[in-house]
Amino acid sequence: MLADYSILLIGAILVNNFVLVQFLGLCPFMGVSNKLETAMGMSMATTFVLTLASAASYLTFNFLLKPLGLEYLRTLSFILVIAVVVQFTEMVVRKSSPLLHRVLGVYLPLITTNCAVLGVALLNINKAHNFTQSLFYGFGAAVGFSLVLVLFAAMRERLAVADVPEPFKGPAIGMITAGLMSLAFMGFAGLV
Amino acid sequence: MALVRITSPHAQGQNRTASVMQSVLLATVPGVVVMTHFFGFGTLANILWGGLLALLFEACALKLRKRPLGFYLRDYSALVTSTLLCIALPPYAPWWLIVVGVGIAILLAKHLYGGLGYNPFNPAMVGYVVLLISFPVQMTAWAPPRGAGEVPGLLDAVQALFTPAAYDGVTMATPLDVLKQNNSLLIEDLWAANPQFGRWAGKGWEWVNMAFLAGGAWLLYKRIFTWHAPVAMLASLALMSALFYDGGSSASGGSPLFHLLSGATMFGAFFIVTDPVTSAVSLRGRLIYGALIGVLVYLIRVWGNYPDAIAFAVLIMNFAAPFIDHYTQPRTYGHSKPRDNSQGGES
Repeated sequence: MLADYSILLIGAILVNNFVLVQFLGLCPFMGVSNKLETAMGMSMATTFVLTLASAASYLTFNFLLKPLGLEYLRTLSFILVIAVVVQFTEMVVRKSSPLLHRVLGVYLPLITTNCAVLGVALLNINKAHNFTQSLFYGFGAAVGFSLVLVLFAAMRERLAVADVPEPFKGPAIGMITAGLMSLAFMGFAGLV
Repeated sequence: MALVRITSPHAQGQNRTASVMQSVLLATVPGVVVMTHFFGFGTLANILWGGLLALLFEACALKLRKRPLGFYLRDYSALVTSTLLCIALPPYAPWWLIVVGVGIAILLAKHLYGGLGYNPFNPAMVGYVVLLISFPVQMTAWAPPRGAGEVPGLLDAVQALFTPAAYDGVTMATPLDVLKQNNSLLIEDLWAANPQFGRWAGKGWEWVNMAFLAGGAWLLYKRIFTWHAPVAMLASLALMSALFYDGGSSASGGSPLFHLLSGATMFGAFFIVTDPVTSAVSLRGRLIYGALIGVLVYLIRVWGNYPDAIAFAVLIMNFAAPFIDHYTQPRTYGHSKPRDNSQGGES
């Protein structure tokens, strides 16, 4: 039981990392990785929302869409669910902890467009995960996303001062770095 | 900078880039000699051909970037990169494999990032990983070591390099491969059933590793690098393998001695992990960096798809090195806690 969940977690964090192996959530990965501080904020917000959204989408699918025979509407309804979860999170955080809201505030609306969130919701249905598995898978995906985002941000702070040839400056060298990282993560293949 | 006139007699430091790189090249000699003894002239042919290509690629990149040719070509850094890559490649590799590998290492992993001192990833390991993923058949074809099979001669090495189609070499699974495929034999029986195992690890491999250990120890003595990263890596690898050894059942991952003396362990620990540019900078950071490499090497060797894992583990930790550095900044002299650089300005 415990082994099953740890395999699920390691699979989602390392072996099938959402950014470097499945290439989901690349826009925030490239967009919010210029500074370590902002990357930290983004990862915390994403972890929170992803875990919540994967649970909410599981409930929506099994208790709303399935009984009504509307499974084909899942993509559409998941987008709605994610938007609601993000909005809800923002409201709760703003009321309950103004400090946390100042840290996460800017990034919360951005998460709505993070395709990793929708990806996790849809993959949970495809892989026929149950409720706890969905929760763990969503959390693992979020941790994997946060891990590479934070590491990448620290590296980009260093790349910003490197003597990179003019045509490769900025996002170009970022993309190449992400590609090399993706190669390195192929080493995890077969681990679970 | 107005630091021209200095009155006192000052001792001049000798560790310029070129002399450091020369020492590293010199330290690979025992390892290469032992490899040549056990596997034939393949590695030597690789190194010579790779070195030629490295200088060529380096010159092209410098020319394109309008940098002084002679100054950068004389610092030996390109030669070190290509030599380390060619030692890692299987002997009797075809010529084009080395062209692709050295090209990726010098052009993509080094010069796109701004050349020596800016590359976040170890160029030799980037070249190795790209080759391993793109050409797995050529990259896993290792010749049998002396004592387990026929060792090809000098002419064979040249023929294998330039007319790979005509070369008819014998290959044999490496000990790490055999151990990974094994799921029914006890370790003892596996040792007896396969000719490529030696006393502690693979036949030949144990001596290759010892030789690289000797070269590394000499570099340590010359203070080319600090002991932190290599010792942390070897210690964590030994610890992991001791934890999961279970006395030698069929599910065992191999003894600590086997892991320390197999594949590229010593070569990686002293020649790859210690790269000053791509590793963590602070001493505490280097301990963490090395230890995590050891753990990753064991994970991938025993449970992953690839038989050896130095290159993958090093690249993954290269990626993490700036982050490790950010959280292990040493205390500045005179300050009570580490200075936070992210805030900017003095505090």
